[in-house]
Amino acid sequence: MEGGVAYENDLNLKATELRLGLPGTDESEQQSLICVRNSKRPLPDAGNECLPKGKSDAQHQTIPAAKAQIVGWPPIRSYRKNSFQQKKDEAEGHGIYVKVSMDGAPYLRKIDLKGYKGYPELLKASENMFKFTIGEYSEREGYKGSEYVPTYEDKDGDWMLVGDVPWDMFMGSCKRLRIMKGSEARGLGCGV
Amino acid sequence: MDSDSRRTKGTVVHSAESTRSSPFPDEVLERVLSILESRKDRSSVSLVCRDWYNAERWSRTHVFIGNCYAVSPGMVARRFPRIRSVTLKGKPRFSDFSLVPDDWGADIHCWLVVFALKYPFLEELRLKRMSVSDESLEFLSLNFLNFKALSLVSCDGFSTNGLAAIATHCKNLTELDIHENDVDDKSGSWLSCFPENFTTLEVLNFANLSNDVNFDALQRLVSRCKSLKVLKINKGISLEQLLELLVCAPQLMELGTGSFSQELMAGQNGELGSAFNNCKSLHTLSGLWDATAAYLPALFPACANLTFLNLSYATLQSGEFSKLLAHCPLLRRLWVMDTVEDKGLESIGANCPLLEELRVFPADPFDEDIHGVTEAGFVAVSYGCRRLHYVLFFCRQMTNAAVATIVQNCPDFTHFRLCIMNPGQPDYLTNEPMDEAFGSVVKTCTKLQRLSVSGLLSDLTFEYIGKYAKNLETLSVAFAGSSDWGMQCVLGGCPKLRKLEIRDCPFGNAALLSGLEKYESMRSLWMSSCKVTMNGCRHLARKMPRLNVEVMKDDLRDDSHAYKVYVYRSLAGPRTDAPPSVLTL
Repeated sequence: MEGGVAYENDLNLKATELRLGLPGTDESEQQSLICVRNSKRPLPDAGNECLPKGKSDAQHQTIPAAKAQIVGWPPIRSYRKNSFQQKKDEAEGHGIYVKVSMDGAPYLRKIDLKGYKGYPELLKASENMFKFTIGEYSEREGYKGSEYVPTYEDKDGDWMLVGDVPWDMFMGSCKRLRIMKGSEARGLGCGV
Repeated sequence: MDSDSRRTKGTVVHSAESTRSSPFPDEVLERVLSILESRKDRSSVSLVCRDWYNAERWSRTHVFIGNCYAVSPGMVARRFPRIRSVTLKGKPRFSDFSLVPDDWGADIHCWLVVFALKYPFLEELRLKRMSVSDESLEFLSLNFLNFKALSLVSCDGFSTNGLAAIATHCKNLTELDIHENDVDDKSGSWLSCFPENFTTLEVLNFANLSNDVNFDALQRLVSRCKSLKVLKINKGISLEQLLELLVCAPQLMELGTGSFSQELMAGQNGELGSAFNNCKSLHTLSGLWDATAAYLPALFPACANLTFLNLSYATLQSGEFSKLLAHCPLLRRLWVMDTVEDKGLESIGANCPLLEELRVFPADPFDEDIHGVTEAGFVAVSYGCRRLHYVLFFCRQMTNAAVATIVQNCPDFTHFRLCIMNPGQPDYLTNEPMDEAFGSVVKTCTKLQRLSVSGLLSDLTFEYIGKYAKNLETLSVAFAGSSDWGMQCVLGGCPKLRKLEIRDCPFGNAALLSGLEKYESMRSLWMSSCKVTMNGCRHLARKMPRLNVEVMKDDLRDDSHAYKVYVYRSLAGPRTDAPPSVLTL
């Protein structure tokens, strides 16, 4: 796969893309395509596969309608369910829980960004969680020295390299994390 | 009560006969039997002979009614004239999971009316899954002058106004335990209704309620109730306020800390630590809903004697959890959230050799991407905690091999409740059904009383259960089994079965009817979203007149399908208060 190619918004990518969806699956149920704008670091060619999230998510997306929530399952008391809901709503203020996925890992994790003081701690924790090593970060070249690159989805829906913006700004805009691997990661200019 | 009036009350035995059949006067027999507390013992005693039956019924002060529709209030009052304490359970357990309509029944009021007449000296009322209105609570507070203890668990229908009535009128109250109910929380002012000269409280649990109470009123209440042993506060109370309460009540044995969150001033963390240090009798700790790592160390001084730690509403991570556990070597019961992950479970195995009960709840039950704990963590616990006999475990992956190892390490399980949250999920390593897992449980754990199964299960699981689980009393089944044969095995094989609850299984009329003879020896059967039809239920109802067969219909499906079926034995006949959605056949 080529790296470093920028896409414009008005290309008819939908007609040419390969998707892991059931025939007739609505596009709205799929993750929106990666868009690239000039001010942000360009992402590699991801247009041929609509895989902005980790694999496991795409698999879940193949059966969105069938997995409606079952009444009374899992068997958790209504009281407990309601207090979790409350907690989740309050957590918008208290903790910042984001999902972390790693390419190739069978399931995702969730972390509280508020539990970390900065990027070094966050990256170290991710390394421990998924048992891998991230390379060294430089503003010019991104992450060097490893096939893993930490990225995140920001409020605008763009996929960004972890570490470019100040930590507080990152905490405020990060919606989810994805540890990219392999050739996709190379496109971020990690100079392998 | 004098002995003459007793003998004329409905007993056929003449005095001459009674001295022949029993060497003791009634009073002595009664005195001896009054020492018996276990209801199983009392039941056995009452079956010996007429004299013993009578002596038992006159000496019984506490009655437990596991299904409020199995008997009528009048029947209870006629048999047991001297009751001071009543425990009543109402709705089927699946009502906790929203499977039972709100207006289903189990209203306490008709019981209270009879009790007011027959048991004016009633002291204790413990209700689970009953409907309780404010009117009923007010009635209770006004009609029982010596009323002492009220416990409401998983109930609904009342508001904080009802609690205000209790606080206002029950001058001798020792216990107010409000636990996980569906309460209409109107305001916290109910707490201020306790009179200023009221001092008898020993148990106060209002963790259920979210509206703030008046802290000054609470603090004065706690200070003047010198016998207070159990205090479980709600979330509105800050850490600083908790500190004040602890200083007033160092004699506490059980503490619910509420949210345990606040930014404390510099010196206060130390003060909190020494307040906990002064609570030498503390053996049970719960709450900690918003506890952060910074303040947990304040608890450490109190942890040495803890036997029950309930962190099931606290989102602790493995690091801070492990640090906390290192201070709790005497723990026997532990409830946690799966945010502690396998690492946290490993530290349980490492730190708590005396552990007997473990419950692991899911923090994100509806998000399939999140795996809190896995089989590896469960196995780690089993290696470290050989005395484990009660487990409730929610997870998203399990293997047959892991369960086999677990029960090999801990063969004394009496309660094994495993919930693999994705319905019908196989062993994730071998892709086989989880039959062998539960097979190993029932083969190894001969004392097993309660079992909840999950995952992909064929009839083989139920063959195993029927063949080996000879002490099983309660079985919960969901999304499992292949045919009627599975349920037939259980009904035919488990002699001590009392409660069977089944949902979303392919069991039909043949299975239902195979238990015809058995249901009278059981408390109840629940079957929902199975393959039972109305005809099958009607047949059952016709053949077994002493069973109540109730069907809840599903509007969307055709008339012949019996959507939800609840069968229970009853001496009181069909109930008269069923709502329109519940058909009694």
